[in-house]
Amino acid sequence: MQNFAYRAPASTTDALRLGTGTGARYIAGGTDLLNLMKDGVQRHDLIIDLNRLPLHDITPTTTGVRLGALARMADVAAHPQVRRRLPLLAETLLAGASPQVRNAATIGGNLLQRTRCWYFRDASMPCNKREPGSGCAAQHGQNRWHAIIGGSAHCIAVHPSDLAVALTALDATVHTLGSGGARTIGIRDFYRLPGDTPQVETALRSGELITAVDVPSTGLTGRYLKVRDRATFEFAVVSVAALIRTGGGGVVREARLAFGGIAPVPWRSAEAERQLIGRRLDDAAIEAAGRALTLPAAPREHNAFKVPLVRRALATALGGLR
Amino acid sequence: MFSTSRRTVLKTAAAAPIPALLPGAPASSGVTLTVNGDTVTRQLEPRVTLLDALREDLGLTGTKKGCDRGECGACTVLVDGRRTKSCLTLAVMQQGREITTIEGLADGDRLHPVQAAFIRHDGFQCGFCTSGQIMSAVACIREGHAGSDDEVREWMSGNLCRCGCYPNIVAAVRAAADEEQ
Ligand SMILES: Cc1cc2nc3c(=O)[nH]c(=O)nc-3n(C[C@H](O)[C@H](O)[C@H](O)COP(=O)(O)OP(=O)(O)OC[C@H]3O[C@@H](n4cnc5c(N)ncnc54)[C@H](O)[C@@H]3O)c2cc1C
Ligand code: FES
Ligand code: FES
Repeated sequence: MQNFAYRAPASTTDALRLGTGTGARYIAGGTDLLNLMKDGVQRHDLIIDLNRLPLHDITPTTTGVRLGALARMADVAAHPQVRRRLPLLAETLLAGASPQVRNAATIGGNLLQRTRCWYFRDASMPCNKREPGSGCAAQHGQNRWHAIIGGSAHCIAVHPSDLAVALTALDATVHTLGSGGARTIGIRDFYRLPGDTPQVETALRSGELITAVDVPSTGLTGRYLKVRDRATFEFAVVSVAALIRTGGGGVVREARLAFGGIAPVPWRSAEAERQLIGRRLDDAAIEAAGRALTLPAAPREHNAFKVPLVRRALATALGGLR
Repeated sequence: MFSTSRRTVLKTAAAAPIPALLPGAPASSGVTLTVNGDTVTRQLEPRVTLLDALREDLGLTGTKKGCDRGECGACTVLVDGRRTKSCLTLAVMQQGREITTIEGLADGDRLHPVQAAFIRHDGFQCGFCTSGQIMSAVACIREGHAGSDDEVREWMSGNLCRCGCYPNIVAAVRAAADEEQ
């Protein structure tokens, strides 16, 4: 790991002043950043430790729960208000990483973790995300893990966060603070499709801090289903966050469906949701939703299996909510 | 637990070389760590992980370096009582916290109940993952996540064992948890 200078400011003002300098990078849990720096995927001259900032709290609000950017994944998952009002969120967090990682990893860092695409993480390979213009080795390489929807000729890497998928179903909002002031960004506007600038992954500006994430409690019934190559402690091959509200006769009034492992961003499918509204959650409706979801799919050599897999995952998740 | 010769071999095998300081790069500074109740100060570069500081600078080689990427759990230590992977944090970030390593578990010659249970249940073969397994198990039991075999498997999933001692590890964790009740 290349050496760097280290600062641990005690105020957001000081953090922002340091963070807007070139070569600066924030560190929270360090569980993603340090791996990337050890592998030479990222190099930074100044590391700014955020842990002294007062952004650790988990607080109930009138609409749901506010998660401080520095709240640990383990603490959020175990918080009584989260378990009671946002069981989908707790379930999702516990499906990610390992107990040790969850004790260190923060909510803000989780949202900003970078793709596990092996070409991105191998500094000797071409990658437009790591080195714009160098090419995308995944297009014709080993692309089993890659996107089937939303990719471009420049990048087909998927976003690895489970949390971001649940927050996309829950319609969370991200609070940020930059030199230009505070902003509130809906989670669906937070992540950017690669297009021809795969190095731009989020709406965050240079040096801008995530301060908190607001998660509204929905009253909907939900489930997070994660399909992995081994039983646990593994990233998702595909995942589904499903939230459903049914009315009289079991007819679906509201449906929110978000998916991980299939797209460069947590993928919300309004088309699939529309197939469920006004219908009972029977096999035909679920099948129609799956078809609508994968209609725009453009799989690559090694990942065509994700098309039936994500449909079956959706069917299993929805079947459990009947 | 290990003979001197074995420890030396492990240390040589696991220690990654720390690259020389680049010209113009920020120099070392005094980093104060509290490990197993002792407070010590060492001159460390900011890039030194807690794992490397423990092994290379404090001579506490009981904590192992397997993957150095957060994937195996061999480097698990407790920070303020919570289990964490020492390869994924910088030493400089852990100042002012109470760090417990495998060397700090036993009470003199009396083994910690989890250490004793690992021996009784034959919970290791080569022993490389064992200190991480034991540190993780201590926390797992304290968190209340050792109520069934399945629960132990899930909550110990951050610790891999290449020798495949999992059945005996699960038995050891269950037994130690039962004892503490
Ligand atoms: C072995 C392993 C397995 C894993 N498995 C999973 C999994 O199954 N599912 C899953 O979702 N994740 C998984 N992860 C990823 C893990 O969840 C992330 O590494 C973690 O959430 C990152 O949080 P952090 O606080 O450690 O971030 P850091 O590593 O400290 O930071 C990550 C990035 O975010 C930036 N950053 C952090 N906080 C802020 C802030 N407040 N404002 C602005 N920028 C900020 C940093 O500058 C950096 O670029 C795994 C990680 C490991 C090591
Ligand atoms: S050495 Fe830290 S998890 Fe493998
Ligand atoms: S005992 Fe050999 S790796 Fe676990």
